[in-house]
Amino acid sequence: MENGFSSPRSESFPAGLRVLVVDDDPTWLKILEKMLKKCAYEVTTCGLAREALNLLRERKDGYDIVISDVNMPDMDGFKLLEHVGLEMDLPVIMMSVDGETSRVMKGVQHGACDYLLKPIRMKELRNIWQHVFRKKIHEIRDIDHHESFEGIRLSINGSEFSDDCIMFSGEDLTSFKKRKDFQNKYDERDYGDHSSTKKHRVVWSVDLHQKFVKAVNQIGFDKVGPKKILDLMNVPWLTRENVASHLQKYRLYLIRLQKENDLKASFGGIKHSDVPSKDTSGGFGLQSSIHTNQNDVANDRDQFSGSNFYGQDLDAKNNEGDQEEIVSEPRPDSKKPLTADVPDPQDTRSSQMSFDHSSASLGSDVNYTEFDCSIPKQYPWSECPEVQSKQEHKLLLQLEGGFSQQPPGVPQHYIEIDQLQSGRDTSSPIKNEPVLVEYKSHHESHISPKETAIDNFSVQSKSLIAYHQSFEPSSTAIKSMKPQAVDLSCITDLESCQRNLISPSDLTFPPFNEDLTVCWLQGDFLNKNFGLPNMEFADYSDPGFIADIPVHLYDTLTSDYECPYDPTEYPIVDQGLFIL
Amino acid sequence: MDGVAQLQKQLVDYTASLFQEGFLDEQFNQLQQLQDESNPDFVVEVVSLFFEDSERLLNELAKALEQKTIDFRKVDAHVHQFKGSSSSIGAQRVQKVCIAFRNYCEEQNIEGCLKCLQQVKHEYSLVKSKLETLFKIEKQLIAAGGSIPT
Repeated sequence: MENGFSSPRSESFPAGLRVLVVDDDPTWLKILEKMLKKCAYEVTTCGLAREALNLLRERKDGYDIVISDVNMPDMDGFKLLEHVGLEMDLPVIMMSVDGETSRVMKGVQHGACDYLLKPIRMKELRNIWQHVFRKKIHEIRDIDHHESFEGIRLSINGSEFSDDCIMFSGEDLTSFKKRKDFQNKYDERDYGDHSSTKKHRVVWSVDLHQKFVKAVNQIGFDKVGPKKILDLMNVPWLTRENVASHLQKYRLYLIRLQKENDLKASFGGIKHSDVPSKDTSGGFGLQSSIHTNQNDVANDRDQFSGSNFYGQDLDAKNNEGDQEEIVSEPRPDSKKPLTADVPDPQDTRSSQMSFDHSSASLGSDVNYTEFDCSIPKQYPWSECPEVQSKQEHKLLLQLEGGFSQQPPGVPQHYIEIDQLQSGRDTSSPIKNEPVLVEYKSHHESHISPKETAIDNFSVQSKSLIAYHQSFEPSSTAIKSMKPQAVDLSCITDLESCQRNLISPSDLTFPPFNEDLTVCWLQGDFLNKNFGLPNMEFADYSDPGFIADIPVHLYDTLTSDYECPYDPTEYPIVDQGLFIL
Repeated sequence: MDGVAQLQKQLVDYTASLFQEGFLDEQFNQLQQLQDESNPDFVVEVVSLFFEDSERLLNELAKALEQKTIDFRKVDAHVHQFKGSSSSIGAQRVQKVCIAFRNYCEEQNIEGCLKCLQQVKHEYSLVKSKLETLFKIEKQLIAAGGSIPT
């Protein structure tokens, strides 16, 4: 089927909608093609993700919407989704025979505008044009916004607990961008602020993107800013907002890439997959499953050993619900310590992205690499907990760069660490703690590179793990922790997060209570005494947020406040900050 | 024509039985509805594709489970794929076995997996022969001058 590259549908919309279908299953490809043709759409089919990307790149404006399967041999569907969002900014619909909430969540987090379950009925395909239409509308609205949310599809909620997509609409934090909530849950909130000036949507052609990248490299990634890029690019019709929104996406994309690379490189030692019962004294790899990458990247589990201190990557879990794997290794008893619920990783991812942005602004982008490497050394953990996502790691690093002053950040970490420790005992699998934990650890290491950092990290990782662990049996601790996570108040920016977090509390996140705790703990601890595991966290039963929040928290945390923790607090934290 | 009427009845009854026994589900109906003048053999084509792909998948599965150290993730990935493609034509019983199969994969239960492999192979061959019979009747019907009732 040819694609209508020439012009967007000229016939009566939605007839002639140019759809690109990507699926490695030939049977489905044929069926979908037939179905779409029956809907009077123009269909192009593709059996491989790479091929699809090539097609899309060849004709930037040749398609209106992409439908892709989640599981493909050459590239993960979520990755493809990211690419499409970043480079072409087209609406993407994901499909899968697997309807697990976590997967769906992940899809949404990665920016899918819909997630269809196979077997797909024709009537479901009939209405896909709405996504194209909606996007157009949003683009117009969004173009004006400095923080375009159109491209940002970070949904903080990583919890699987709910089908609702909890949109986290951060305040105007550098790290937070408004996210487009496809589920319209918080849409109003997000959109309400945007002025709707009519502007044409910018198509980032290969040339334009090249100019953009060139400009970015010239300026230096850490000093980059939309205005500078715009000036360098010297494209008269391009606005600062266009550049800003594109820069956001680009950052996220890079972070993810870097994470994958760095993590693999720096954490060679990290255990991958199944570390769960490794009991490394120090290394709790708190794997913040937060990073969505996990799923993508890992291959089950990215272990970020030192840097991430993440307990286990939640990613692993994501893959097929293999939560076990994600669990942080160190804990022998804990089942899978941080097995992040699948959603978490996803969330983390998003959160990471936000971090990314924030960090980017901090100009710490470049720090990742360094950080990655340095962190691991510091930590005595023998095992690198599976890094959930490189992203997380990266993010932390970034944060590090940005927040050099972070006080031992440790407090946050410690808290987590304790948890981990305590969590360890509990066999509860750790769920998504990842995000928070990760960040903390990074910060810590960064801040006090030497012993303290190390201590902190270990602690943190532990706690992180603990958090995760707490999910299961001893979720009590975690539950209490959860509220903590939500305790964004300590962080200025977190407030917005809190709001979001809190809202989810309505959601039922049954399984992921654990996740929540992790993230927030950090925030809370800073302000509160760490010694209380169940501290003051509000009772959030929002497991979902954890994944997402952490990222945000981190952002806010790091940037916003300098934790006045003294190292002495750590011991307390160790004690049992989180008693799982 | 008696011949045609008879064949038609045979077709209808046979199809109904397949549904009743759970070999096929609603998705198969969808496929039939997609068939039209521009694609008169749509269902047969799709099902043939399914057969081809399935043989391949089943081979991969068998191979993966024969390894000294079984990579359950890989096995699971294959089962997942098979589940997806069986859902495409509505092969319900095959799909069901795939679900159980995946659980065993998660548990890393070798015996369970091997058992499921046998089961899935069995269900697959069953539905394959049933569909082949169905198509044969259809062909006969068309050859006799009749048309497939919708």
